[in-house]
Amino acid sequence: MIELRDLTKRYGPKTAVDGLSFTVRPGTVTGFLGPNGAGKSTTMRMVLGLDAPTRGDVRIEGKHYTELKEPLHSIGALLEAKGVHGGRSAYNHLLCLAQSNGIPERRVGEVLEMVGLEGVARKRPKGFSLGMGQRLGIAGALLGDPRILMFDEPVNGLDPEGIHWIRTLMQRLAREGRTVFVSSHLMSEMAQTAEHLVVIGQGKLLADTSMAQFIAENSRTHVRVRTPEPERMRDVLTAEGLRPATGADGALEVDGAEAPRIGELAAEHRLVLHELSTQRASLEEAFMRLTAQSVEYHGHAPGDGDTPAPGQPPGPAGGPASGTGTGPGEATGPAQGPPGGGQPPPAWGQDWRRRGGGR
Amino acid sequence: MSTQQYDGQAPVPAQPAAPHPAQQPPAQPAMQQPVGQAPQPGAPLGAGYTSPIPMARSHLGHALLAEWTKIRTVRSTVWTLGVMFVLVVGIGLVTAAGLSGDSFLGMPLLSPGLFGLMLGQLCVITLGVLVISSEYGTGMIRTTLTACPQRGRVLLAKAVVFFLLAFVMTTLACTLTALINDALLSDQTLPSYESRSPLADSFEGGKLVASGGEWLGATVGAGLYVALLGLLSLAVGALLRHSAGAITTMMGLVLLPLVMALFMAGEALQDIREKLIEYSPLNGLASLYRIPMADDPDATGWPLLGGLAVVTLLVLAAAYALLNKRDV
Repeated sequence: MIELRDLTKRYGPKTAVDGLSFTVRPGTVTGFLGPNGAGKSTTMRMVLGLDAPTRGDVRIEGKHYTELKEPLHSIGALLEAKGVHGGRSAYNHLLCLAQSNGIPERRVGEVLEMVGLEGVARKRPKGFSLGMGQRLGIAGALLGDPRILMFDEPVNGLDPEGIHWIRTLMQRLAREGRTVFVSSHLMSEMAQTAEHLVVIGQGKLLADTSMAQFIAENSRTHVRVRTPEPERMRDVLTAEGLRPATGADGALEVDGAEAPRIGELAAEHRLVLHELSTQRASLEEAFMRLTAQSVEYHGHAPGDGDTPAPGQPPGPAGGPASGTGTGPGEATGPAQGPPGGGQPPPAWGQDWRRRGGGR
Repeated sequence: MSTQQYDGQAPVPAQPAAPHPAQQPPAQPAMQQPVGQAPQPGAPLGAGYTSPIPMARSHLGHALLAEWTKIRTVRSTVWTLGVMFVLVVGIGLVTAAGLSGDSFLGMPLLSPGLFGLMLGQLCVITLGVLVISSEYGTGMIRTTLTACPQRGRVLLAKAVVFFLLAFVMTTLACTLTALINDALLSDQTLPSYESRSPLADSFEGGKLVASGGEWLGATVGAGLYVALLGLLSLAVGALLRHSAGAITTMMGLVLLPLVMALFMAGEALQDIREKLIEYSPLNGLASLYRIPMADDPDATGWPLLGGLAVVTLLVLAAAYALLNKRDV
């Protein structure tokens, strides 16, 4: 169990972690989610006693990290930076860690086998691929067979096979009754791994909830209907008590109804349909919406002067919307121009705030 | 999953509700569950996990062992100490061979060993810095301090392991060089016009010999001196956390006083010049070989060695204080 109480870290005028309080419990995988620069790594370094908090405190099973007598037995960590001397062979790297905690030497061979590095045990990590480096870091974390495991961005640089391996590993570790705390900036990755979710943005706690609840609250679905007679369709839907909205390309967007029901309504009223589809907002979008106001480094479109105003009211109905499938992500940046031209492109996450407000 | 194989340590099942008591051999503890099974929320909650691996309470001995493993498993150790050995013994051998003969050299028997060591000490300085700064450079320091959060213990273990290794290796190289000098240079004869030379006392039975104090200074003394310089480098490396910066600082500390003194020719600077030479680290080493650079012909180098030890301890204490204070 890891307990954070009002944990705060300032670097000069900049607050990296701002009053975080939450508890990571055993038996589940807890995802620690936030955009780049949200303070995830800083928080994890404070858990490990590497950085001293400016205020507040963090305890591992009731103790400060520095009070742990055999820390590798209590908590194993994979930090973002490799943390390995490139010139020391994988075996010897693990050996010196084992020795510092009085762990028997045979355990080194065991963890190397567990992560599939037994073939390169005597090789120097300098020549390792990113994935092999991650595996070596995980081997180090598993060395003391600890009750708590903490992984900082473990899937970075891994191939699909490696990602699958880590995912099953983390779930297995949690099932054994251990506390597994894993950070990521990818919601989609967390959705498949974590049962509990802690979301932070700019160092502040944004959500501390179970994954199921997060999905239920945040994955809004709607049905998209395109027809040559939108006005009639709208009347039909309104008569049924539904509240259709008009999308950017003239299509109707209906909340709270199933596609088959709308199809049946259309057939009853002999309406021609050009499109009928269920649109599901991805968890990635939900995450982006949650953290939109606290993203530190925005990708800006040219001419897009400011950061999006926080708490901006819902945009006008005819405002630029960039389709339903994907919200504008950090990476999309300038490429995604408004269909109408002339108007500035939608600010980061604005699209979502508008639709969120229209519920 | 082979963690189950520890003899005599019955793994405690993860589920407290498990029916069998602890004495019963563990049939299928939670760890053996097939991979890929859906997580079972609720079941193991709060139970925690108990490892079957025997755990020793860690102490300084563990840290020393770990640091010994670290220092012997990187190439920089082999390189720096190997080059140091080659420089000290090689240059010692070449110098002794070149000087050998009957003619009087006018310098103590073991003193030619200094020339190789003046270069060799730079290798020890480099290793001293690298022992700690390479951990900062690679990020290994985070792993190290995660494994051992008692930072003072880590620094102490590093200091002890490095100091002993450097001392043993340097003393070995210096002793070998001293033996070479003794074998090749003791045949000198004292010319009659040199009978008032301070070295005249060192002739016994027509052979140049070294006194016990000279032997001690040229072997253990030189080894201690260079190992202390290396330890000071380790402390500076811990303070600066940057390999190139710390190595440059140490090179400057060793070489600069003498170089500066060379350029202080004026009368007004005479005092400063003399102090610079007297307290130059190179003068300390030369004094141990009984060829001091300062004006005191009786200098043995031991007081300077003591001074170096005090400075080293002070810088080490500063490094300890900062290591505890700083984020890594």
